[in-house]
Amino acid sequence: MSIRGKACIVGAYEHPTRKAEDKSTAQLHAEVALGALRDAGLTRKDVDGYFCAGDAPGMGPLSMADYLGLDRLRHVDSTDVGGCSYLLHVAHAAEAIALGKCNVALITLAGRPRSEGVATGTAPRAGNPAQPDVQFEYPYGAAIANMYAMCAMRHMHEYGTTSEQLAWIKVAASHHAQHNEHAMLRKVVTVEDVLNSPLVADPLHRLDCCVISDGGGALVVTKPEIARTLKRPIVSVRGAGEAVKHTMGGTIDLTYTGARFAGARAFEEAGVKPSDIKYASIYDSFTITVLMQLEDLGFCEKGEGGKFVADGNLISGVGKLPFNTDGGGLCNNHPANRGGITKVIEAVRQLRGEAHPAVQVKNCDLALAHGTGGSLGTRHGSATLVLERE
Amino acid sequence: MSEQTPQRVPPSPTPDPSTRGFWEAAKQGKLLIGRNTRTGKVHYPPRPICPFDDEGEVEYVPASGEGTIYSFSVMRAKVPYAIAYVELAEGPRVMTNIVNGDFDALRIGQKVKLTFVPSEGDGQPVPMFTPA
Repeated sequence: MSIRGKACIVGAYEHPTRKAEDKSTAQLHAEVALGALRDAGLTRKDVDGYFCAGDAPGMGPLSMADYLGLDRLRHVDSTDVGGCSYLLHVAHAAEAIALGKCNVALITLAGRPRSEGVATGTAPRAGNPAQPDVQFEYPYGAAIANMYAMCAMRHMHEYGTTSEQLAWIKVAASHHAQHNEHAMLRKVVTVEDVLNSPLVADPLHRLDCCVISDGGGALVVTKPEIARTLKRPIVSVRGAGEAVKHTMGGTIDLTYTGARFAGARAFEEAGVKPSDIKYASIYDSFTITVLMQLEDLGFCEKGEGGKFVADGNLISGVGKLPFNTDGGGLCNNHPANRGGITKVIEAVRQLRGEAHPAVQVKNCDLALAHGTGGSLGTRHGSATLVLERE
Repeated sequence: MSEQTPQRVPPSPTPDPSTRGFWEAAKQGKLLIGRNTRTGKVHYPPRPICPFDDEGEVEYVPASGEGTIYSFSVMRAKVPYAIAYVELAEGPRVMTNIVNGDFDALRIGQKVKLTFVPSEGDGQPVPMFTPA
Protein backbone atom coordinates (compact mmCIF):
# COMPACT_ATOMS: atom_id res chain seq x y z
CA MET A 1 0.00 0.00 0.00
CA SER A 2 1.23 3.47 -0.84
CA ILE A 3 0.24 6.94 0.36
CA ARG A 4 0.70 8.27 -3.15
CA GLY A 5 -2.29 10.44 -4.00
CA LYS A 6 -4.08 9.56 -0.75
CA ALA A 7 -3.63 12.90 1.04
CA CYS A 8 -3.32 16.60 0.26
CA ILE A 9 -1.92 19.61 2.12
CA VAL A 10 -4.75 22.13 2.08
CA GLY A 11 -3.69 24.53 4.81
CA ALA A 12 -0.31 26.10 5.54
CA TYR A 13 0.54 28.99 7.81
CA GLU A 14 3.79 30.49 9.07
CA HIS A 15 3.67 32.80 12.08
CA PRO A 16 5.03 36.25 11.16
CA THR A 17 6.68 36.77 14.55
CA ARG A 18 10.39 36.24 15.01
CA LYS A 19 10.41 37.45 18.63
CA ALA A 20 7.39 36.70 20.77
CA GLU A 21 8.21 38.11 24.19
CA ASP A 22 4.55 38.67 25.05
CA LYS A 23 3.13 35.34 23.84
CA SER A 24 3.23 31.90 25.40
CA THR A 25 4.37 28.81 23.49
CA ALA A 26 0.85 27.33 23.72
CA GLN A 27 -0.61 30.58 22.37
CA LEU A 28 1.76 30.45 19.39
CA HIS A 29 0.63 26.86 18.69
CA ALA A 30 -2.98 28.02 18.81
CA GLU A 31 -2.36 31.01 16.54
CA VAL A 32 -0.65 28.91 13.87
CA ALA A 33 -3.36 26.24 14.13
CA LEU A 34 -6.06 28.79 13.43
CA GLY A 35 -3.96 30.35 10.67
CA ALA A 36 -3.58 27.05 8.82
CA LEU A 37 -7.25 26.11 9.24
CA ARG A 38 -8.31 29.54 7.97
CA ASP A 39 -5.98 29.11 4.99
CA ALA A 40 -7.66 25.79 4.22
CA GLY A 41 -11.19 27.10 4.73
CA LEU A 42 -11.77 24.68 7.60
CA THR A 43 -12.45 25.04 11.32
CA ARG A 44 -11.41 23.30 14.50
CA LYS A 45 -14.64 21.32 14.37
CA ASP A 46 -13.31 19.62 11.22
CA VAL A 47 -10.11 18.40 12.90
CA ASP A 48 -10.13 14.74 13.90
CA GLY A 49 -6.37 14.11 13.81
CA TYR A 50 -3.71 16.08 15.70
CA PHE A 51 0.06 15.86 15.33
CA CYS A 52 2.73 17.63 17.36
CA ALA A 53 6.27 16.99 18.66
CA GLY A 54 8.49 17.86 21.58
CA ASP A 55 8.06 21.63 21.21
CA ALA A 56 4.37 21.28 22.18
CA PRO A 57 4.12 21.87 25.92
CA GLY A 58 2.60 19.04 27.93
CA MET A 59 2.39 15.28 27.66
CA GLY A 60 2.45 14.42 23.97
CA PRO A 61 -0.61 15.97 22.31
CA LEU A 62 -2.73 16.14 25.49
CA SER A 63 -2.20 19.67 26.76
CA MET A 64 -2.39 21.24 23.32
CA ALA A 65 -5.52 19.28 22.38
CA ASP A 66 -7.08 20.60 25.61
CA TYR A 67 -5.84 24.20 25.10
CA LEU A 68 -7.00 24.24 21.49
CA GLY A 69 -10.36 22.73 22.41
CA LEU A 70 -10.00 19.90 19.88
CA ASP A 71 -12.90 17.68 20.94
CA ARG A 72 -13.32 15.37 17.95
CA LEU A 73 -9.89 13.73 17.87
CA ARG A 74 -9.78 10.09 16.92
CA HIS A 75 -6.12 9.94 15.91
CA VAL A 76 -3.06 11.54 17.56
CA ASP A 77 0.68 11.22 16.93
CA SER A 78 3.44 12.99 18.86
CA THR A 79 6.41 11.27 17.25
CA ASP A 80 9.46 13.39 18.00
CA VAL A 81 12.56 13.16 15.87
CA GLY A 82 13.58 16.76 16.42
CA GLY A 83 13.40 19.37 13.70
CA CYS A 84 12.14 17.08 10.94
CA SER A 85 9.23 15.71 12.99
CA TYR A 86 6.67 17.73 11.02
CA LEU A 87 7.66 16.31 7.65
CA LEU A 88 7.30 12.90 9.17
CA HIS A 89 3.93 13.99 10.60
CA VAL A 90 2.73 14.84 7.09
CA ALA A 91 3.68 11.31 6.02
CA HIS A 92 2.06 9.74 9.09
CA ALA A 93 -1.05 11.88 8.59
CA ALA A 94 -1.24 10.66 5.00
CA GLU A 95 -0.99 7.07 6.25
CA ALA A 96 -3.74 7.63 8.83
CA ILE A 97 -5.96 9.32 6.25
CA ALA A 98 -5.36 6.52 3.74
CA LEU A 99 -6.47 4.02 6.39
CA GLY A 100 -9.52 6.06 7.33
CA LYS A 101 -8.22 6.74 10.85
CA CYS A 102 -8.84 10.47 10.43
CA ASN A 103 -10.03 12.87 7.73
CA VAL A 104 -8.56 16.24 8.69
CA ALA A 105 -5.13 16.26 10.34
CA LEU A 106 -3.68 19.35 12.02
CA ILE A 107 0.09 19.64 12.58
CA THR A 108 1.55 22.42 14.74
CA LEU A 109 5.01 23.64 15.72
CA ALA A 110 5.88 26.69 17.83
CA GLY A 111 8.48 27.90 20.25
CA ARG A 112 10.30 30.92 21.61
CA PRO A 113 14.01 30.12 22.11
CA ARG A 114 14.96 33.67 21.14
CA SER A 115 12.87 35.25 23.88
CA GLU A 116 14.09 32.63 26.32
CA GLY A 117 17.73 33.43 25.49
CA VAL A 118 18.67 29.89 24.51
CA ALA A 119 22.24 29.50 23.21
CA THR A 120 21.00 26.84 20.83
CA GLY A 121 24.12 25.91 18.93
CA THR A 122 26.95 26.49 21.34
CA ALA A 123 25.74 25.43 24.79
CA PRO A 124 26.17 21.72 25.55
CA ARG A 125 22.89 20.34 26.94
CA ALA A 126 23.03 18.01 29.92
CA GLY A 127 19.96 16.06 28.85
CA ASN A 128 18.38 13.25 30.79
CA PRO A 129 21.02 11.03 32.45
CA ALA A 130 18.90 7.98 31.60
CA GLN A 131 19.60 8.73 27.94
CA PRO A 132 22.40 6.21 27.47
CA ASP A 133 24.63 8.44 25.34
CA VAL A 134 24.65 11.47 27.65
CA GLN A 135 27.45 10.31 29.97
CA PHE A 136 29.66 9.59 26.94
CA GLU A 137 29.04 12.93 25.23
CA TYR A 138 28.07 15.70 27.66
CA PRO A 139 31.42 15.70 29.52
CA TYR A 140 33.12 16.50 26.20
CA GLY A 141 31.07 19.60 25.49
CA ALA A 142 29.07 18.10 22.65
CA ALA A 143 26.80 20.89 21.43
CA ILE A 144 24.98 21.36 18.14
CA ALA A 145 27.53 23.54 16.34
CA ASN A 146 30.63 21.45 17.05
CA MET A 147 28.87 18.22 16.03
CA TYR A 148 27.95 19.61 12.60
CA ALA A 149 31.41 21.17 12.43
CA MET A 150 32.99 17.72 12.75
CA CYS A 151 30.87 16.58 9.80
CA ALA A 152 32.13 19.55 7.79
CA MET A 153 35.73 18.88 8.81
CA ARG A 154 35.55 15.25 7.72
CA HIS A 155 33.71 16.09 4.50
CA MET A 156 36.45 18.60 3.65
CA HIS A 157 39.09 15.98 4.43
CA GLU A 158 37.54 13.26 2.26
CA TYR A 159 36.18 15.31 -0.62
CA GLY A 160 38.09 18.58 -0.67
CA THR A 161 34.98 20.62 0.13
CA THR A 162 35.88 24.23 0.96
CA SER A 163 34.56 26.96 3.25
CA GLU A 164 33.95 29.07 0.13
CA GLN A 165 31.63 26.41 -1.26
CA LEU A 166 29.74 26.19 2.03
CA ALA A 167 29.43 29.97 2.06
CA TRP A 168 27.58 29.88 -1.29
CA ILE A 169 24.69 28.18 0.50
CA LYS A 170 24.30 31.15 2.84
CA VAL A 171 24.71 33.54 -0.08
CA ALA A 172 21.84 31.83 -1.93
CA ALA A 173 19.59 31.90 1.16
CA SER A 174 20.30 35.59 1.64
CA HIS A 175 19.39 36.33 -2.00
CA HIS A 176 15.97 34.84 -1.27
CA ALA A 177 15.53 36.37 2.20
CA GLN A 178 15.87 39.92 0.85
CA HIS A 179 12.35 39.51 -0.57
CA ASN A 180 10.83 38.15 2.66
CA GLU A 181 9.59 41.00 4.86
CA HIS A 182 9.48 38.69 7.88
CA ALA A 183 13.01 37.28 7.51
CA MET A 184 15.43 37.95 10.36
CA LEU A 185 18.41 38.48 8.03
CA ARG A 186 17.39 40.30 4.85
CA LYS A 187 20.78 41.66 3.83
CA VAL A 188 22.34 39.97 0.82
CA VAL A 189 25.73 38.60 1.86
CA THR A 190 28.79 37.54 -0.13
CA VAL A 191 31.12 34.58 0.20
CA GLU A 192 33.63 36.96 1.78
CA ASP A 193 31.07 38.09 4.38
CA VAL A 194 30.59 34.49 5.45
CA LEU A 195 34.32 33.75 5.59
CA ASN A 196 34.98 36.96 7.50
CA SER A 197 32.36 36.22 10.15
CA PRO A 198 33.84 34.81 13.37
CA LEU A 199 34.48 31.09 13.73
CA VAL A 200 31.95 29.41 16.00
CA ALA A 201 33.30 25.86 15.76
CA ASP A 202 36.01 25.22 13.16
CA PRO A 203 35.38 25.17 10.23
CA LEU A 204 31.93 26.72 10.65
CA HIS A 205 31.59 30.50 10.85
CA ARG A 206 28.75 32.41 12.42
CA LEU A 207 27.14 32.92 9.02
CA ASP A 208 27.28 29.17 8.34
CA CYS A 209 24.75 28.81 11.18
CA CYS A 210 20.99 29.29 11.13
CA VAL A 211 19.24 32.01 13.09
CA ILE A 212 17.65 31.57 16.52
CA SER A 213 14.05 32.72 16.32
CA ASP A 214 10.65 32.50 17.94
CA GLY A 215 7.63 31.60 15.87
CA GLY A 216 5.90 28.58 14.48
CA GLY A 217 3.89 27.07 11.70
CA ALA A 218 1.03 24.70 11.04
CA LEU A 219 -0.26 22.44 8.29
CA VAL A 220 -3.62 20.87 7.50
CA VAL A 221 -3.67 17.54 5.67
CA THR A 222 -6.83 15.92 4.37
CA LYS A 223 -8.12 13.38 1.86
CA PRO A 224 -8.52 14.30 -1.82
CA GLU A 225 -12.33 14.14 -1.63
CA ILE A 226 -12.37 16.93 0.97
CA ALA A 227 -9.52 18.86 -0.68
CA ARG A 228 -11.55 19.16 -3.90
CA THR A 229 -14.40 20.86 -2.03
CA LEU A 230 -12.05 23.60 -0.76
CA LYS A 231 -10.99 26.72 -2.62
CA ARG A 232 -7.22 26.33 -2.36
CA PRO A 233 -4.91 24.84 -4.99
CA ILE A 234 -4.40 21.15 -4.29
CA VAL A 235 -0.96 20.02 -3.16
CA SER A 236 -0.79 16.24 -3.09
CA VAL A 237 1.60 14.04 -1.14
CA ARG A 238 3.21 11.91 -3.82
CA GLY A 239 5.85 10.11 -1.78
CA ALA A 240 7.45 10.07 1.65
CA GLY A 241 10.43 8.47 3.33
CA GLU A 242 11.90 8.42 6.79
CA ALA A 243 15.08 7.07 8.32
CA VAL A 244 17.17 7.08 11.48
CA LYS A 245 20.96 7.19 11.46
CA HIS A 246 23.14 6.99 14.59
CA THR A 247 26.60 6.20 15.92
CA MET A 248 26.24 2.51 15.09
CA GLY A 249 28.23 1.14 18.00
CA GLY A 250 31.26 3.25 17.24
CA THR A 251 31.27 2.97 13.44
CA ILE A 252 29.76 6.39 12.72
CA ASP A 253 30.55 7.89 9.32
CA LEU A 254 30.18 11.67 9.49
CA THR A 255 30.17 12.22 5.73
CA TYR A 256 26.61 11.19 4.98
CA THR A 257 23.13 11.60 6.46
CA GLY A 258 19.91 9.62 6.76
CA ALA A 259 18.73 11.48 3.66
CA ARG A 260 20.44 8.72 1.71
CA PHE A 261 17.68 6.34 2.89
CA ALA A 262 14.73 8.68 3.48
CA GLY A 263 15.20 10.31 0.09
CA ALA A 264 15.49 7.02 -1.79
CA ARG A 265 12.28 5.78 -0.15
CA ALA A 266 10.39 8.97 -1.00
CA PHE A 267 11.58 9.02 -4.62
CA GLU A 268 10.66 5.37 -5.03
CA GLU A 269 7.15 5.89 -3.69
CA ALA A 270 6.68 9.01 -5.81
CA GLY A 271 8.06 7.34 -8.92
CA VAL A 272 10.23 10.36 -9.76
CA LYS A 273 13.92 11.19 -9.66
CA PRO A 274 15.90 14.17 -8.32
CA SER A 275 16.21 15.75 -11.77
CA ASP A 276 12.39 15.97 -11.94
CA ILE A 277 12.23 18.26 -8.88
CA LYS A 278 11.57 21.93 -9.69
CA TYR A 279 12.03 23.31 -6.16
CA ALA A 280 13.60 21.90 -2.99
CA SER A 281 13.22 22.89 0.65
CA ILE A 282 16.33 21.53 2.36
CA TYR A 283 16.87 21.64 6.12
CA ASP A 284 19.50 24.26 6.79
CA SER A 285 20.54 24.31 10.42
CA PHE A 286 24.04 24.90 9.01
CA THR A 287 25.43 25.25 5.51
CA ILE A 288 27.03 21.80 5.78
CA THR A 289 23.61 20.29 6.55
CA VAL A 290 22.36 21.43 3.15
CA LEU A 291 25.43 20.26 1.26
CA MET A 292 25.42 16.75 2.69
CA GLN A 293 21.66 16.29 2.30
CA LEU A 294 21.75 17.44 -1.34
CA GLU A 295 24.35 14.76 -2.06
CA ASP A 296 22.47 12.10 -0.11
CA LEU A 297 19.15 12.92 -1.81
CA GLY A 298 20.87 12.36 -5.15
CA PHE A 299 20.87 15.90 -6.56
CA CYS A 300 24.58 15.36 -7.22
CA GLU A 301 27.18 12.63 -6.70
CA LYS A 302 28.58 12.02 -3.21
CA GLY A 303 31.46 14.39 -2.66
CA GLU A 304 30.37 16.76 -5.43
CA GLY A 305 28.13 18.87 -3.17
CA GLY A 306 30.67 21.66 -2.94
CA LYS A 307 30.78 22.15 -6.70
CA PHE A 308 26.99 21.75 -6.91
CA VAL A 309 26.15 24.56 -4.50
CA ALA A 310 28.79 27.02 -5.73
CA ASP A 311 28.29 29.98 -8.03
CA GLY A 312 24.65 30.56 -7.21
CA ASN A 313 23.31 27.18 -8.30
CA LEU A 314 20.73 27.27 -5.47
CA ILE A 315 19.47 30.80 -6.25
CA SER A 316 15.99 30.98 -7.77
CA GLY A 317 16.12 32.27 -11.33
CA VAL A 318 19.90 31.82 -11.47
CA GLY A 319 20.80 28.23 -10.68
CA LYS A 320 19.52 24.76 -11.51
CA LEU A 321 18.00 23.93 -8.12
CA PRO A 322 16.19 26.80 -6.38
CA PHE A 323 16.14 26.05 -2.64
CA ASN A 324 14.64 27.62 0.49
CA THR A 325 13.12 30.58 -1.31
CA ASP A 326 11.81 32.03 1.97
CA GLY A 327 15.41 32.47 3.15
CA GLY A 328 15.28 29.21 5.13
CA GLY A 329 16.65 28.70 8.60
CA LEU A 330 19.87 30.40 7.55
CA CYS A 331 18.14 33.78 7.08
CA ASN A 332 14.38 33.65 7.67
CA ASN A 333 13.55 31.75 10.85
CA HIS A 334 14.07 28.54 12.81
CA PRO A 335 11.12 28.50 15.20
CA ALA A 336 11.56 26.35 18.33
CA ASN A 337 15.01 25.46 16.91
CA ARG A 338 13.12 23.20 14.53
CA GLY A 339 13.02 24.08 10.87
CA GLY A 340 10.89 21.23 9.56
CA ILE A 341 7.50 22.81 9.20
CA THR A 342 8.73 25.93 7.42
CA LYS A 343 10.35 23.63 4.86
CA VAL A 344 6.95 22.19 4.00
CA ILE A 345 5.23 25.58 4.08
CA GLU A 346 7.56 27.15 1.51
CA ALA A 347 7.25 24.08 -0.73
CA VAL A 348 3.46 24.47 -0.55
CA ARG A 349 3.77 28.16 -1.44
CA GLN A 350 5.91 27.28 -4.46
CA LEU A 351 3.49 24.61 -5.67
CA ARG A 352 0.53 26.98 -5.25
CA GLY A 353 2.39 29.74 -7.08
CA GLU A 354 2.21 31.86 -3.94
CA ALA A 355 5.90 32.36 -3.24
CA HIS A 356 7.25 35.91 -3.54
CA PRO A 357 7.22 36.79 -7.26
CA ALA A 358 10.97 37.46 -7.18
CA VAL A 359 11.66 33.87 -6.14
CA GLN A 360 8.65 31.96 -7.50
CA VAL A 361 9.78 29.03 -9.65
CA LYS A 362 8.00 28.94 -13.02
CA ASN A 363 5.64 26.01 -13.60
CA CYS A 364 6.48 24.59 -10.21
CA ASP A 365 4.48 21.36 -10.22
CA LEU A 366 6.84 19.03 -8.33
CA ALA A 367 8.72 19.91 -5.15
CA LEU A 368 10.72 18.19 -2.45
CA ALA A 369 10.94 19.00 1.25
CA HIS A 370 13.59 17.34 3.37
CA GLY A 371 14.47 17.62 7.03
CA THR A 372 16.95 16.44 9.63
CA GLY A 373 16.24 16.29 13.35
CA GLY A 374 18.72 15.68 16.14
CA SER A 375 22.40 15.85 15.28
CA LEU A 376 24.29 14.74 12.19
CA GLY A 377 27.30 14.30 14.49
CA THR A 378 25.62 11.61 16.58
CA ARG A 379 22.03 10.48 15.92
CA HIS A 380 19.31 11.97 13.79
CA GLY A 381 16.02 11.41 12.07
CA SER A 382 15.53 12.18 8.39
CA ALA A 383 12.27 12.77 6.57
CA THR A 384 11.59 13.47 2.90
CA LEU A 385 8.37 14.48 1.16
CA VAL A 386 7.74 14.65 -2.57
CA LEU A 387 4.81 17.00 -3.18
CA GLU A 388 2.99 17.80 -6.39
CA ARG A 389 0.41 20.29 -7.60
CA GLU A 390 -2.66 18.66 -9.04
CA MET B 1 51.34 24.19 24.92
CA SER B 2 51.26 24.86 28.08
CA GLU B 3 50.19 25.09 31.40
CA GLN B 4 49.17 28.72 31.09
CA THR B 5 46.39 28.02 28.65
CA PRO B 6 43.19 27.57 30.64
CA GLN B 7 41.75 24.12 30.15
CA ARG B 8 38.07 23.37 30.20
CA VAL B 9 37.02 21.31 33.22
CA PRO B 10 34.54 18.68 32.01
CA PRO B 11 31.23 18.27 33.82
CA SER B 12 31.07 15.02 35.76
CA PRO B 13 29.42 12.06 34.04
CA THR B 14 26.41 10.43 35.69
CA PRO B 15 27.03 6.65 35.70
CA ASP B 16 24.11 4.23 35.57
CA PRO B 17 24.00 0.64 36.87
CA SER B 18 25.36 -0.69 33.58
CA THR B 19 28.28 1.75 33.33
CA ARG B 20 29.60 1.87 36.90
CA GLY B 21 32.33 -0.58 35.89
CA PHE B 22 33.35 1.67 33.00
CA TRP B 23 33.79 4.69 35.25
CA GLU B 24 35.49 2.69 38.01
CA ALA B 25 37.98 1.43 35.42
CA ALA B 26 38.59 5.04 34.35
CA LYS B 27 39.79 5.70 37.91
CA GLN B 28 42.39 2.95 37.29
CA GLY B 29 43.46 4.57 34.01
CA LYS B 30 41.60 2.16 31.75
CA LEU B 31 39.27 2.88 28.83
CA LEU B 32 36.86 -0.03 28.47
CA ILE B 33 35.18 -1.02 25.24
CA GLY B 34 32.52 -3.68 24.71
CA ARG B 35 33.49 -6.97 23.06
CA ASN B 36 31.12 -9.69 21.89
CA THR B 37 32.56 -12.96 23.23
CA ARG B 38 31.07 -14.90 20.33
CA THR B 39 31.89 -12.69 17.36
CA GLY B 40 34.85 -10.78 18.81
CA LYS B 41 33.37 -7.57 17.45
CA VAL B 42 34.02 -4.50 19.61
CA HIS B 43 31.74 -1.50 20.17
CA TYR B 44 31.60 1.85 21.95
CA PRO B 45 30.13 3.20 24.17
CA PRO B 46 30.09 -0.20 25.88
CA ARG B 47 26.68 -1.63 26.78
CA PRO B 48 25.49 -4.99 28.14
CA ILE B 49 23.69 -5.85 24.89
CA CYS B 50 25.83 -6.00 21.74
CA PRO B 51 24.58 -3.43 19.19
CA PHE B 52 25.61 -5.64 16.26
CA ASP B 53 24.58 -9.22 16.98
CA ASP B 54 21.76 -10.92 18.88
CA GLU B 55 24.02 -13.79 19.87
CA GLY B 56 26.90 -13.62 22.35
CA GLU B 57 27.68 -12.04 25.69
CA VAL B 58 29.39 -8.69 26.04
CA GLU B 59 32.60 -8.40 28.04
CA TYR B 60 34.27 -5.09 28.82
CA VAL B 61 37.91 -5.05 27.75
CA PRO B 62 40.51 -2.28 28.04
CA ALA B 63 41.53 -0.44 24.88
CA SER B 64 45.23 0.00 24.16
CA GLY B 65 44.84 3.77 24.35
CA GLU B 66 46.25 4.35 20.88
CA GLY B 67 44.22 6.03 18.19
CA THR B 68 43.99 8.56 15.39
CA ILE B 69 41.79 11.62 14.97
CA TYR B 70 38.79 10.80 12.72
CA SER B 71 37.39 14.33 12.94
CA PHE B 72 37.53 17.28 15.30
CA SER B 73 36.36 20.84 15.87
CA VAL B 74 37.63 23.59 18.12
CA MET B 75 34.72 25.31 19.83
CA ARG B 76 35.54 29.00 20.04
CA ALA B 77 34.03 29.35 23.52
CA LYS B 78 35.34 31.57 26.32
CA VAL B 79 37.59 28.64 27.19
CA PRO B 80 38.11 27.00 23.77
CA TYR B 81 38.10 23.22 23.61
CA ALA B 82 38.62 20.60 20.95
CA ILE B 83 35.98 17.95 20.54
CA ALA B 84 36.84 14.94 18.41
CA TYR B 85 36.01 11.47 17.31
CA VAL B 86 39.11 9.37 17.81
CA GLU B 87 39.36 6.04 16.01
CA LEU B 88 40.85 3.58 18.46
CA ALA B 89 43.47 1.07 17.32
CA GLU B 90 40.78 -1.57 18.08
CA GLY B 91 38.36 0.11 15.64
CA PRO B 92 35.60 2.03 17.42
CA ARG B 93 35.28 5.79 16.93
CA VAL B 94 34.83 7.43 20.32
CA MET B 95 33.71 10.93 21.14
CA THR B 96 36.32 12.71 23.23
CA ASN B 97 38.36 15.86 23.73
CA ILE B 98 41.90 16.47 22.55
CA VAL B 99 43.85 18.12 25.36
CA ASN B 100 47.36 19.42 25.94
CA GLY B 101 47.97 20.14 22.31
CA ASP B 102 48.19 23.12 19.97
CA PHE B 103 44.65 23.40 18.61
CA ASP B 104 45.93 25.01 15.40
CA ALA B 105 48.14 21.98 14.74
CA LEU B 106 45.37 19.36 15.03
CA ARG B 107 44.87 17.27 11.91
CA ILE B 108 42.61 14.43 10.85
CA GLY B 109 44.69 11.25 10.90
CA GLN B 110 46.97 12.55 13.64
CA LYS B 111 48.11 9.92 16.17
CA VAL B 112 46.85 10.45 19.70
CA LYS B 113 47.07 8.59 23.00
CA LEU B 114 44.78 8.11 25.95
CA THR B 115 44.89 10.36 29.00
CA PHE B 116 42.45 11.14 31.79
CA VAL B 117 41.16 14.51 32.94
CA PRO B 118 39.43 15.02 36.31
CA SER B 119 35.88 16.31 36.03
CA GLU B 120 33.97 18.80 38.17
CA GLY B 121 32.83 17.85 41.64
CA ASP B 122 34.22 14.49 42.69
CA GLY B 123 37.00 14.59 40.11
CA GLN B 124 35.85 11.43 38.30
CA PRO B 125 38.50 10.91 35.60
CA VAL B 126 37.16 11.24 32.06
CA PRO B 127 38.99 9.53 29.17
CA MET B 128 40.48 12.03 26.72
CA PHE B 129 43.31 12.06 24.20
CA THR B 130 46.49 14.00 23.68
CA PRO B 131 48.86 14.17 20.68
CA ALA B 132 51.08 11.07 20.68
